[in-house]
Amino acid sequence: MKKKDKKLIAAILIVVLLMIVIPLFALKGAEFGGSDDAGSQVVEEISGDYEPWFTPILETLIDGELPGEVESLMFCVQTGIGVGIIAFLMGRFVERKKWEDKKQEN
Amino acid sequence: MTKHQKKLIVLSIAFAAAFGIVPQVNAMHIMEGYLPLGFCIGWGVICVPFLLSGFFSIQKKLKANRKNITLLAMAGAFVFVISSLKIPSVTGSCSHMTGTGLGAILFGPSAVSILGIIVLIFQAILLAHGGLTTLGANTFSMAIAGPFVSYGIFVLLKKLKVNRRVSVFLAAMLGDLFTYCVTSVQLALAYPSSEGGVAASAVKFLGIFAPTQLPLAIIEGFLTVIIMITLENYAQKELKDTKYLEEA
Repeated sequence: MKKKDKKLIAAILIVVLLMIVIPLFALKGAEFGGSDDAGSQVVEEISGDYEPWFTPILETLIDGELPGEVESLMFCVQTGIGVGIIAFLMGRFVERKKWEDKKQEN
Repeated sequence: MTKHQKKLIVLSIAFAAAFGIVPQVNAMHIMEGYLPLGFCIGWGVICVPFLLSGFFSIQKKLKANRKNITLLAMAGAFVFVISSLKIPSVTGSCSHMTGTGLGAILFGPSAVSILGIIVLIFQAILLAHGGLTTLGANTFSMAIAGPFVSYGIFVLLKKLKVNRRVSVFLAAMLGDLFTYCVTSVQLALAYPSSEGGVAASAVKFLGIFAPTQLPLAIIEGFLTVIIMITLENYAQKELKDTKYLEEA
């Protein structure tokens, strides 16, 4: 990889990291709930007490909401699988390039 | 189409489906049961032609070159990673990104609609996130409207000869933002305010979603650029196959 690109990636990653971390410290004590809950609240505000006319199938099956801990487990699994695929394919690309470069040298 | 290609399509779909099993909870899809029946059906019908063309587009691309599946898988995996990360925003609430920009830039918007709807179906069934009744509306915003905007912007900037990385950034960022604008309008159409009607409602919903989403859209743009830089360095052959890079 070109040196310029490496630097650019490093710079971008630092900016991204700061963008994620700063709100956490800037807004101490904020709840950081999901914004779709906020969406439901506005619906209620506009149309009075709104009763959703259909409950998610899973919640009907287990008679309640998905437990928070299980939820976070599922999130990690999702991230893990995605990262796994990306890392695997990237690894192949990187090695292939090394191999091709070497072949060209000889 | 040969048997082999058929197998690959099925595999790619199974792959996308496998990711969809996993939940995504605080995201901003429209909640189950929150859209009146007429809207559910309407949005669903609108999605059908896009999904069909998406299916055929994936079929054609894999037929043209079955190595395209590597990048397709990569684009899919990117959506799943990106959309699993709930990120705190300046407004004090969390949201997540869509990650559909990468796929739209590489394979065109209709192909992404297929990846998107499979994810949404599984989330709706297994994760109580989004919903079956709101599937049409959510597919339209996340898997159709957003990617189309990303793609349009990317093509436009390419024509204008804007720096490619800047184009990727803007395409991914604006596509992400547009997804949530569409969601706001969809909610507003279903819940017009008693004073001011649809427009007033739209402003209200946008007021919640937009400030939260803006920084996240920027992050999504950055991350998409990182992936593209890496691919440009290591996967030039594949990028040429998808027409992202011009044939040298």
